[in-house]
Amino acid sequence: MAAPVRIEIPSRPAHFGQTSRTDPWWATPTVVFVVLSAFVVYSIWAALQGQDYRWGPYLSPLYSPELFGGPQAWLGGKPMWWPHWLIWSPAILVLWAPAGLRVTCYYYRGAYYKAFWADPPSCAVGEPRQSYRGENSFPLIMQNIHRYFMYLGVLYLFFLLHDAWEGLWFLNPAVGHRVFGLGVGSIVLIVDLILLSGYTFGCHSLRHLVGGSVKQFSACPVRARLFGCASAFNRRHMVWAWMSLCFVAFTDIYVRLCATGIWTDWRIF
Amino acid sequence: MTATATFSIWRGDLQGGKLVDYQTEIVQGMVVLDAVRRIQADQANDMAVRWNCKAGKCGSCATEINGKPRLMCMTRLSDLSTTQPIRVEPMRTFPHIRDLVTDVSWNFAKKRTVRKFNPRKPDAADGTWRMAQIDVDRVQEFRKCIECFLCQDVCHVLRNHQLFDEYIGPRLLVYDAALVMHPLDSDQRLADLRHAHGIGYCNITKCCTNVCPEEIKITDNAIIPLKERVVDLYFDPLTRLFGGAR
Ligand code: SF4
Ligand code: SF4
Ligand code: FES
Ligand code: FES
Repeated sequence: MAAPVRIEIPSRPAHFGQTSRTDPWWATPTVVFVVLSAFVVYSIWAALQGQDYRWGPYLSPLYSPELFGGPQAWLGGKPMWWPHWLIWSPAILVLWAPAGLRVTCYYYRGAYYKAFWADPPSCAVGEPRQSYRGENSFPLIMQNIHRYFMYLGVLYLFFLLHDAWEGLWFLNPAVGHRVFGLGVGSIVLIVDLILLSGYTFGCHSLRHLVGGSVKQFSACPVRARLFGCASAFNRRHMVWAWMSLCFVAFTDIYVRLCATGIWTDWRIF
Repeated sequence: MTATATFSIWRGDLQGGKLVDYQTEIVQGMVVLDAVRRIQADQANDMAVRWNCKAGKCGSCATEINGKPRLMCMTRLSDLSTTQPIRVEPMRTFPHIRDLVTDVSWNFAKKRTVRKFNPRKPDAADGTWRMAQIDVDRVQEFRKCIECFLCQDVCHVLRNHQLFDEYIGPRLLVYDAALVMHPLDSDQRLADLRHAHGIGYCNITKCCTNVCPEEIKITDNAIIPLKERVVDLYFDPLTRLFGGAR
């Protein structure tokens, strides 16, 4: 074991916001703060609506998979066991998993520790608090649960794949059954699936699972390849994270606008 | 083409100090170190500056330029605005010696607490090993480190919270990663990583990655993969049950 290192370092704490930086260091955390807050507020609002989340063959990703709720739900209508004092929306049953994935995501953690908790406000800028426990002890040590949300995130991709496929089948009143077609909404659902897949495939925990933990790649060529693929997505994890986040909100807005009749979906064929 | 620029350079020692303005001529292609050395030669012979290679390879000219931890020899004046004075200060996190020079020996002392490379039994009778290129590719990135300690300087766990006893810092986590991921190393290093090296203190805010002159992806390629290994061993009930990576 390591012998203790004895070198006195004089304590020179900086006060909140103290820095010699001359660039607008507050810009990125401010943008992160604004966009993340806007997304959280919007998604909570949308998730609690409990209506207008379906239009034609389209289902909002915030409500996917629709376990209980409307006529197309997998397991039936509002469950009997739902407490009567609790507001009901099908999204409540499913949205916690993707929300957990984002909250515990390594990228978002670093970003919101800065933007929401000023820990640090930006690199080489003084902090508001002296004490610090990081992710070394409770509560943030709980972030280590991330890989379990990743498993769920991968599972949800199958649900979204199902939704995107369903989004290509339109009810034709003339013939009385569903026919294959393509609407702008179908494309929106497909892009949503692609962006969320790019985000999930770049997950650090997935990268570790598929190959990162291997010590000798030459002995596991398949895992070495998988590690290469995950690393390719991982290099742009931040970009995938923001694109998919914004697009999930956009997809919900699109379906909601169609469902409320404000917007008319354009059928390409 | 010549122009004049003002440099605000930290002058002082342990007793205290202040920023002193110097004006000097700058020409195309100059880096901050050129200007500082010109000021030292023409106007401030007693100014303490540490540098060696002027090629971004020895790591000794690490300072903070306009508040950002950077190598003086790799910071081009053409990338800085000369309408305002250019601030050059010593690294803030380590004990100050004089002017632009800090004492970075804590890093070397702390490095000695990392268990040494411990290779498995030799593969061949002549005491040698066999490694495939693909197995060492991954640690090659970590070996680019020039020990400038800019990442240690910017890391808020050390810089703002002074957890010098609890946390080993990004540079030494890179060093740890190079050993943990080395195909020949057979040591068990995760207990040290979690306890003595305090990897849990890193909150993955990536300031270290942003300042690394060797562009080592410290957080993504070293620290997070190590955190995942620590999760395997200590926090994930499934890998604990079935035995995960060591
Ligand atoms: S990512 Fe971790 S090691 Fe790097 S600066 Fe931030 S807290 Fe320090
Ligand atoms: S990891 Fe990068 S920033 Fe840190 S000491 Fe090495 S070269 Fe410098
Ligand atoms: S989803 Fe971002 S690291 Fe796992
Ligand atoms: S003088 Fe060697 S890195 Fe700058």
